[in-house]
Amino acid sequence: MPENKPKPTVAESPISDVFEGRHPSPSEKEWAENTLAPTLDKAPEKPIGAASGVNLDEQGHARFTTISGVPVRRLYTQADLPEDWNYDRYLGYPGQPPFTRGIHASGYRGKLFTMRQFSGFASPEETNQRYKYLLEHGGGGLSVAFDLPTLMGYDSDHPASEGEVGKCGVAIDSLEDMEILFNGIDLEKTTTSMTINSPASVLWAMYLVVAEKQGADWKKISGTIQNDILKEYIAQKEYIYPPAPSMRLVIDTFEFGSKFTPRFNTISISGYHIREAGSTALQELAFTVYDGVEYVEWARSRGLDVDEFGPRLSFFFNAHNDFFEEIAKYRAARKIWYRLMKDRFHAKKERSWLLRFHSQTAGVSLPAQQPMNNIARVAIQALAAVLGGTQSLHCDGYDEALALPTEAAARIALRTQQIIGYESGVAQTIDPLGGSYFLENLTLQMEKGAFDYFSKLDAMGGMVKAIERGYPQKEIAEASYQFQRAAEANEKIIVGVNEFQIEEEPPHILYIDETVAKHQSAKLKALRARRSNEEVKRRLDALKKAAAGTPQASSNGNISQANTMPYIIDAVRAYATVGEICEALREVYGTYTEVSIT
Amino acid sequence: MPNEAKIRVLVAKPGLDGHDRGAKVIARALRDAGMEVIYTGLRQTPEMIVNAAVQEDVNVIGLSILSGAHNAIVPRVMDLLKQHHVDDILVLVGGIIPDQDVDALKKIGVAAIFQPGTAMDSIVQFIRANVKPRGVPAAG
Repeated sequence: MPENKPKPTVAESPISDVFEGRHPSPSEKEWAENTLAPTLDKAPEKPIGAASGVNLDEQGHARFTTISGVPVRRLYTQADLPEDWNYDRYLGYPGQPPFTRGIHASGYRGKLFTMRQFSGFASPEETNQRYKYLLEHGGGGLSVAFDLPTLMGYDSDHPASEGEVGKCGVAIDSLEDMEILFNGIDLEKTTTSMTINSPASVLWAMYLVVAEKQGADWKKISGTIQNDILKEYIAQKEYIYPPAPSMRLVIDTFEFGSKFTPRFNTISISGYHIREAGSTALQELAFTVYDGVEYVEWARSRGLDVDEFGPRLSFFFNAHNDFFEEIAKYRAARKIWYRLMKDRFHAKKERSWLLRFHSQTAGVSLPAQQPMNNIARVAIQALAAVLGGTQSLHCDGYDEALALPTEAAARIALRTQQIIGYESGVAQTIDPLGGSYFLENLTLQMEKGAFDYFSKLDAMGGMVKAIERGYPQKEIAEASYQFQRAAEANEKIIVGVNEFQIEEEPPHILYIDETVAKHQSAKLKALRARRSNEEVKRRLDALKKAAAGTPQASSNGNISQANTMPYIIDAVRAYATVGEICEALREVYGTYTEVSIT
Repeated sequence: MPNEAKIRVLVAKPGLDGHDRGAKVIARALRDAGMEVIYTGLRQTPEMIVNAAVQEDVNVIGLSILSGAHNAIVPRVMDLLKQHHVDDILVLVGGIIPDQDVDALKKIGVAAIFQPGTAMDSIVQFIRANVKPRGVPAAG
């Protein structure tokens, strides 16, 4: 649309941006005047990749930004760092505050990131086969994807589950399914992450009972439950109960975990879904870390000691397309969490200060068109996560936009991690981009931007209050719409989507039919005929009584009497189903309906 | 469709899935294109969707489904529209719909299926080109 191009109105020198808001050194000034200016005079800058040249500012200059819309300079120098910038104060050493460069003094040399591929589909029998396949091919840990009925606390034979069983993940109805899922997998030796939120305590209880039946020691098993209900209200929307009782269930797991499963992460505070819902990188960082603040506040008001549960808090971030912005996000996250835990919550243990995180490449960035191109996108995104010091990583399948990954797509995703970890050499040196003027500038901007958001959220009275006002939801919806608008206006090139399109054949995808639903329903029917339904009822009644009580940490070292975890475990042992346990809690807590924002 | 009447669209999110980014972006794009948009919010049953469509007297229903439950949900919506004698409403489905299911959905009356990567503008154009004036409103 060249005819719409605004006429340049700028009268001042084309190198004025070198001097705006910064103090370049004499040599940089000399460069700008004698080398840059003549170059710009001969060949003005053009928006990179935007063939139609539409991404221009009001002066008709090409606009350069990160994918989140943050302006990017053509060159970063010392002049882009604060005047008091010095290495010790702003960066520090890995394994030492403020942890900008990482939480381990030896980086990946002591332990490479865990290659943890998120997987689950159809029945527990089929998913168990995929897990064994991934472990045989060098996967380092498991990560369970549950189907929507499980995520929403319904059994496979519930009317609301129709058409959804086994589609987006594996269907788990009872302890029996969990036993099948981990059949032949030693839970004391494998770490398992479970993406489960509203019913997290139920699925975790099932995992603990399977481990117990295998003869594993709860003190030795390790893994993570996502258990992050706040981001469900903000972005992913798989919530069951209202916020207050949901938070109480989360704090129950913190309290139970710090006493009985010291190596299990009882939460993975997740920005991934916030980003997938369309937020900017900064919003992902700020809302996620502030969710962490909210959990700590709630746990403290139960009377828990921050150094008891603090070391078991973990994080989960997105790895999106904008390479440097992502690396800056991870580095800033570590610094911010350290400051919050130390200064705001007065945590004394170093373990409480450490932000450990999992990352996953950005499903939302992987288009359906020319899907093989996504292998390249995933490699770049995953590289950013590794350069940002991630503790574990999931690479998406190239067919992400079309279906759950085929076995071939899942294997290439794992191989991508292996190529980064074993071939590229980047894991040998800690934070190899540290000290880059650009990256350090972005890291500081991220940090400042996050604290600006924190002030707003504090003023609203915390995250639960902000959610009830729809604040983070609105921020994300706006960013998401702006991104889509920019993409459709060709301001941002998406290869194969708005440029470089071809006619193509659809790829082979994983197709899940309704036989899974029938299979799960038949198993449920047999289970209900086999187990003692009276015993199930007795245990669910006991759970309801605990759920209605108010938990308060006692001084004698025991967990709160009304903590729901022991009662859920009892119900699971009697083969109460996910749907039955969640229904018992629905009776006590009711359900939540959001105020929709469009 | 007379020009002076605004096109009324019900954007609905059936099933258990909570991924509403697409539904919200489309709702806003249609609104920006001058249409009257009613968004149902999450977890609507086919009955709730059709009741809302009748009450709001819409010309178009857009169903956003990403979870794979379309083969269970869409036929029920289409049946209910017939039962309520409002099957002149233009029904569109957007989301993750495998190619192999597209024909079956079209056969039962879905006007168009918009798969990942569809431009917002092409949805606007499709609605403008295919929307029908609403007939005599159903009794009551």
